[in-house]
Amino acid sequence: MSIFLSADSTVIVQGMTGSEGQKHTRRMLASGTAIVGGVNARKAGTTVDFEGVEQPVFGTVKEAVEATGADVSVVFVPPAFTKDAVLEAIDAGVALVVVITEGVPVHDTAAFFAAAQAAGTTRIVGPNCPGVITPGESNAGIIPANIAGKGRIGLVSKSGTLTYQLMYELRDIGFTTAVGIGGDPIIGTTHIDCLRAFEDDPDTDAVIMVGEIGGDAEERAADFITANVSKPVVGYVAGFTAPEGKTMGHAGAIVSGSSGTAEAKKVALEAAGVRVGKTPSETAQLMREVIEALGVKQG
Amino acid sequence: MDLMEYQAKQLFAKHGVAGSAGIVATTAEQARAGAEELGGKVVVKAQVTAGGRGKAGGVKLADGPDEAAARAEEILGMQIKGLTVHRVLIAPTADIAEEYYFSFLVDRANRNYLCIASVEGGVEIEEVARTNSDALAQVSIDPGVGVDEAMAREIVTEARFPAEVAEAAVTMVQQLWRVFIDEDANLVEVNPLARLADDSLEALDGKVTLDANADFRHPEHAEFDDQATADPLEAKARAKGLNYVKLDGSVGIIGNGAGLVMSTLDVVSYAGQEFGGQEPANFLDIGGGASAQVMADGLDIILGDEQVRSVFVNVFGGITACDAVADGIVSALGILGDAATKPLVVRLDGNNVDEGRHILAEAAHPLVTMVDTMDGAARRAAELAAQEPSPAPPPR
Repeated sequence: MSIFLSADSTVIVQGMTGSEGQKHTRRMLASGTAIVGGVNARKAGTTVDFEGVEQPVFGTVKEAVEATGADVSVVFVPPAFTKDAVLEAIDAGVALVVVITEGVPVHDTAAFFAAAQAAGTTRIVGPNCPGVITPGESNAGIIPANIAGKGRIGLVSKSGTLTYQLMYELRDIGFTTAVGIGGDPIIGTTHIDCLRAFEDDPDTDAVIMVGEIGGDAEERAADFITANVSKPVVGYVAGFTAPEGKTMGHAGAIVSGSSGTAEAKKVALEAAGVRVGKTPSETAQLMREVIEALGVKQG
Repeated sequence: MDLMEYQAKQLFAKHGVAGSAGIVATTAEQARAGAEELGGKVVVKAQVTAGGRGKAGGVKLADGPDEAAARAEEILGMQIKGLTVHRVLIAPTADIAEEYYFSFLVDRANRNYLCIASVEGGVEIEEVARTNSDALAQVSIDPGVGVDEAMAREIVTEARFPAEVAEAAVTMVQQLWRVFIDEDANLVEVNPLARLADDSLEALDGKVTLDANADFRHPEHAEFDDQATADPLEAKARAKGLNYVKLDGSVGIIGNGAGLVMSTLDVVSYAGQEFGGQEPANFLDIGGGASAQVMADGLDIILGDEQVRSVFVNVFGGITACDAVADGIVSALGILGDAATKPLVVRLDGNNVDEGRHILAEAAHPLVTMVDTMDGAARRAAELAAQEPSPAPPPR
């Protein structure tokens, strides 16, 4: 089992014909993802060759879904066109839309998230995220598939490179699913959404959640854990040294006044029984201890 | 990007929001001329993005041109929360009957928009929220629906604005909504929103935060980018397209990915406690590519910071391969030549790590030390920063 993405997922790529889209479609295919085509209105009817396999290009998401039955779309289109691309995927009823694009205006994200809520049939991950990987089954996004294999840990993170770092440190234990939710002010899938899904996933034994400065998503996740999560959770928060009022790379990573500080997030998580590492390696070590304490998996 | 009051008011004027845009002055003489043009009593207001300008002495009344020039003289050059005042706004005084509060903002928690309005304005809204939360109307806005006249009316009713000003308020709410949406703002705030003696409404102050991700839709917003108040190294980095934030410490930081770089700053700060409180000198995310030129540009910026005593290059090869990063470091040091003078601690891990470490070992550059772990490398970088001679007094 896994969350959001499995071997049964069939995937289309919006923006497959662009350079980033092509590069990552190749990587996703190489890691076993069932990609069934791409979308680009200007190149409809053509195909793109990936190591001898021709991927069809459709004019619209609707056509792609009708022809292939795809239930996942990975979006690589530039920021100016991302809103329309995501709205199109929502209209076509795609169940999971993973928005990799960085630099999407927040009003555009607000608009497509509201549309997804209204439709009630689409989960959005991102924007500005590395995507979702269920190792050994499917990879929707840009997380390198060779870092870690299948295992017992669920991971949810605002940061791409910290996701890679922690997967690398725990590669001997492995992961059910890793979800990079992105660090923008408005995101389609939150820590809480992932914690809920990991709690319900029988193959996930423990969860790592990686947060960073800005907003109060980690504090709300802590409340959710107290009320709803029985599995052990290990946390990490980046940005203790970030100054007030400066955006640290991610559009949402900003301490405003006294709100959004790493310290407040750590305190909230610890109050919810989450063990919080001081550094990525200490966090990995805490998870290792948790897994050892759980012992050999039953059944 | 946080706008200054006069910039926010320019956007207000563009969308018809009532209230004087005022006259901007960068010298006392310009302030005198501005006050002459407006006539009568004026208010001289420091233009910085920080709040609490009044408390800091950056807002003063003046009884005519001479006094306006004198007040401007006092305010120009003043430091408010670390920001130097380079310009003042000369605005006419208003016959204020009451002061209200109004804002639209992105609600991260609920992933929609929030409108906050109150008849208790002119003070910090956090204060009102704490002491008299009943006086605060909070109305959620569905981004799929937005604010039309009916919604504006609902907001005005919820906020309990008096009947005499209700129609003017309905108009202004819709105009401020247009500022929020059409200008791609994350925050539009009017405090105080003044009720004048004749029951008209005016925005006496304005705060707007623009979404940098939407700059491609707003080439005209580039003029708001205030180079004069930006840190020179930050300005230089921005010109090179680098994601850089200047901090106060002695250990320069280069890494890939915002999260990893933030984490690197923290790890350096912990490690630095052992070495006389060494702290990170900057945030610099060179992103996925890490080409030789980007690495050279990054090193160039960091070595231009006089407080830097050592540099920590922390790269996890996810999509990027470590050998490409190692090549980038070696070439960057070649490009910089004698300009590279500070010790570099490099930690590479992930994709093609062995090849990457091999390249650095072969190059055997005298300034470069390789350390295998992030924690170990942070420790070494802090240690080196403590050993290097420091011409300036220790930071912080």
